[in-house]
Amino acid sequence: MEIIMIVLAAILFATGVYNLLQKQLLRIIIGTALISHGAHLFILTMGKLKRGAPPVEAHGVSDYADPLPQALILTSIVISFGVTSFLLVLAYRAYKLNNTDNMEKLRGSE
Amino acid sequence: MVFAVFAPLIFAIIIPFISRFKRKIHTGWLILPVPLLIFIYFLQFVGRDFSTIMQSTNWIPSLDISLDFYLDGLSLLFALLISGIGTLVVLYSIYYLNKEEQLGHFYTYLYIFMSSMLGVVLSDNVFVLYTFWEFTSLSSFLLIGYWHYREKSRYGALKSMLITVFGGFSLLGGIILLTIVTGTTSIQEMVSKSDLIINSEYFLFILVFLLLGAFTKSAQFPFHIWLPDAMEAPTPVSAYLHSATMVKAGIYLMARFSPIFSEVPLFFVLLSIFGLVTLTWASYMAVRQTDLKGILAFSTISQLGMIMAMLGFGTTYGVFAAVFHILNHATFKGSLFMIAGIVDHETGSRDIRKLGGLMTFMPISATLAVFGTFSMAGVPLPFLNGFYSKEKFFESSLHLEGSGTFVEGLITAAPIIAVVGSIFTFVYSMYLFFGTFRGEYQESELPKKPHEAPIMMLVPPAILVLGVILIGLFPNFFNHVLISHSADAVYGDSVTKKIKFWHGWDSRAFQMSLVVISLGVLLYLTKSKWDSIYSFLPGPLSFNRVYDWIVEKVESVSNRITTFYMTGSLRLYMVLILTTIIIITASTLVFTGGMNFDVNDLAPITTAEIIIATIMALGAIGTTIAKNRIAAILILGVVGYGLSILFVMYSAPDLALTQLIVETVTVVLFLLCFYHLPNLESGTKSFTKTGTNLLISTGYGLLMMLIGISAYNSRFAETISTYFMENTYKLGGGHNAVNVILVDFRGIDTLFEIAVLFGAALGIYTMIKLRQDKGAK
Repeated sequence: MEIIMIVLAAILFATGVYNLLQKQLLRIIIGTALISHGAHLFILTMGKLKRGAPPVEAHGVSDYADPLPQALILTSIVISFGVTSFLLVLAYRAYKLNNTDNMEKLRGSE
Repeated sequence: MVFAVFAPLIFAIIIPFISRFKRKIHTGWLILPVPLLIFIYFLQFVGRDFSTIMQSTNWIPSLDISLDFYLDGLSLLFALLISGIGTLVVLYSIYYLNKEEQLGHFYTYLYIFMSSMLGVVLSDNVFVLYTFWEFTSLSSFLLIGYWHYREKSRYGALKSMLITVFGGFSLLGGIILLTIVTGTTSIQEMVSKSDLIINSEYFLFILVFLLLGAFTKSAQFPFHIWLPDAMEAPTPVSAYLHSATMVKAGIYLMARFSPIFSEVPLFFVLLSIFGLVTLTWASYMAVRQTDLKGILAFSTISQLGMIMAMLGFGTTYGVFAAVFHILNHATFKGSLFMIAGIVDHETGSRDIRKLGGLMTFMPISATLAVFGTFSMAGVPLPFLNGFYSKEKFFESSLHLEGSGTFVEGLITAAPIIAVVGSIFTFVYSMYLFFGTFRGEYQESELPKKPHEAPIMMLVPPAILVLGVILIGLFPNFFNHVLISHSADAVYGDSVTKKIKFWHGWDSRAFQMSLVVISLGVLLYLTKSKWDSIYSFLPGPLSFNRVYDWIVEKVESVSNRITTFYMTGSLRLYMVLILTTIIIITASTLVFTGGMNFDVNDLAPITTAEIIIATIMALGAIGTTIAKNRIAAILILGVVGYGLSILFVMYSAPDLALTQLIVETVTVVLFLLCFYHLPNLESGTKSFTKTGTNLLISTGYGLLMMLIGISAYNSRFAETISTYFMENTYKLGGGHNAVNVILVDFRGIDTLFEIAVLFGAALGIYTMIKLRQDKGAK
């Protein structure tokens, strides 16, 4: 199952990068969102899948899933959410100011 | 000795403060005693029974760098020249520069220079020597650009800076290699380990680097081009730096290191060849100049070439003549520059075509110039020191030793080249004197009515001319107390040469001198008939053009390279970054054998997971081809929700919860924004761009897949999560391990994650609220 999840993460990375290479701001942000999904899945997969119950202590359970990757991913989800929302508003402002969301046109003039 | 070196530097700090009083008294007077005292200090070492002195002060002991000052004959000669001519130049500058100039700047730069030049000639530690060496380049740059509002001054300053600092860096390379090879930073110890240097594998690099350093500093062919442009500096600077002291730093360096290379013929052959070429080329070019200082600049280059060639001959005769000529050249060239400055000052022009017949107006200057120019030309009169060293030069060119076809060719050619170079030297010396002081007086051409300079301004050149005469009259006195000690220091052996004026008619050197003078007179008198040759020989073959071309090309090529890849296109940068990542990571993976497909210990495959994974994969691909923005956003939502279901399946309830909420809020945000953004376009139209994008994204995906598969089974240590699970309740007081890790075991992460959210919220708020451009209020 891990192999399939790795392939899925790789597909998320590949499509994310493909979107990142486009010139429209909205597509770029979608790309970053896909890449962060891929990364989260990647972290989880690297910590081994399906090894026991959720990491909440309970009687009679000895086998728990690894809690550390979950904590890391939780932190990461929140941060990427913050970044994504910031980027979205930035895109909105950039479009309002410049009347274009095409990155090829949004070049600095030295 | 340490104090003598640093005294000018200390005064350089004080000068700006005392130059405030320049209305009452010229700053130069206040600081004149400094070089004079240094001169007197060094004068006490002069004498028959001279012995070397070594003084050491700690600087950076851990790097074996200390301020070691070593005084032997050679250093003493240079120290006397620097402080002595320094005194005269300061005196001269008092009358040359009026109080309206920025005197504080001038004297500060000059004293920094003086200090660093003394440091160069007295240092025994190579790194200290290099430090002072670059200080001379720096202060020379400041002094050439002293009248910084003139375009040509800035050009000359930049040019000399680029060339001498280029040489300085080579020198640094050379001394670093020397230090590595010998394991010491002291020049004297290096001399004792010269076998080690000659046999080392870096020998050729050491040699080339040191030669580059010396040739650029001493304006040897083809690096001589900076010196004529440095003539934009005030004349005292030209007289001091660009005739007597700084340009001899390279010669000093070669003389100082020549005991190390005494066994290597290549060193001497290179020195002689470049010296002779410089001598002839520069004396040939000097005849063509029309600016007094231009003539003097090329003459300096040519004389430096002559000294370099004599050092290169490497015989007792050559070394002795070289050292003797260092002293002679400093005296007559210094005085000539000062006289050129006086002519400029009193007539307002330095153009030799406009000058003429000044002898009646400026008799004293003309008299002084007679001695200077005739000494430079090597006219055989017993009171001109130039003649002696020129005679020695011819003599040494006749007594070359060595074997090998190349060396033998040099031995036959050297006397001939020497004579040719000296003929042109004679021609430009005569041209300089007769063109300025004799001939017709052209009243209409000159901006000022010429008159004699103030007496005090004539004192410094007069003292130098007195030196010319005294050395000419009593050469053996100077020989015993000073020059033979210097030659000993260079040659390493006791060199005692008698200096005689009269060698008899049958002396070859004297015959050569006669040839030089007779041909020189002939060429000078017929100058107008043959000087059209200059439009052929240097003609388009100017080294200045090469320099300008290099400078221009460096700028335009680097500009082109930068504009080639710094296009401002985000996509191009992404392509570059990702390609680099893919190439470097993939090759590391392949070449270090990191690839590992040994997959075991896998979780069983279930249908539900497969279905969700397929939906997610399709969704991810869908976002790339969606043409509708709502569709793209919603498909992205599908991927996010799919991920949260996977979290549920993989026993991560907190993650699933957070992912659900965050995904919902994100989709809402996307939907809020999409309304304001234009609709999606259908990707790029260009086929190649789409191809590259596909290639890069697939490559990146494949790379991550390989890394994932390879990493999965390469575990080196047990997980630490058992510790977390065991201690969640005991230490953290909670049952949910993920939450305990977040707020207890690794609480700092959470703190800053909160900070990130706070920052993002603040940023969003300011972006929406603060609109200066719209002029809201």
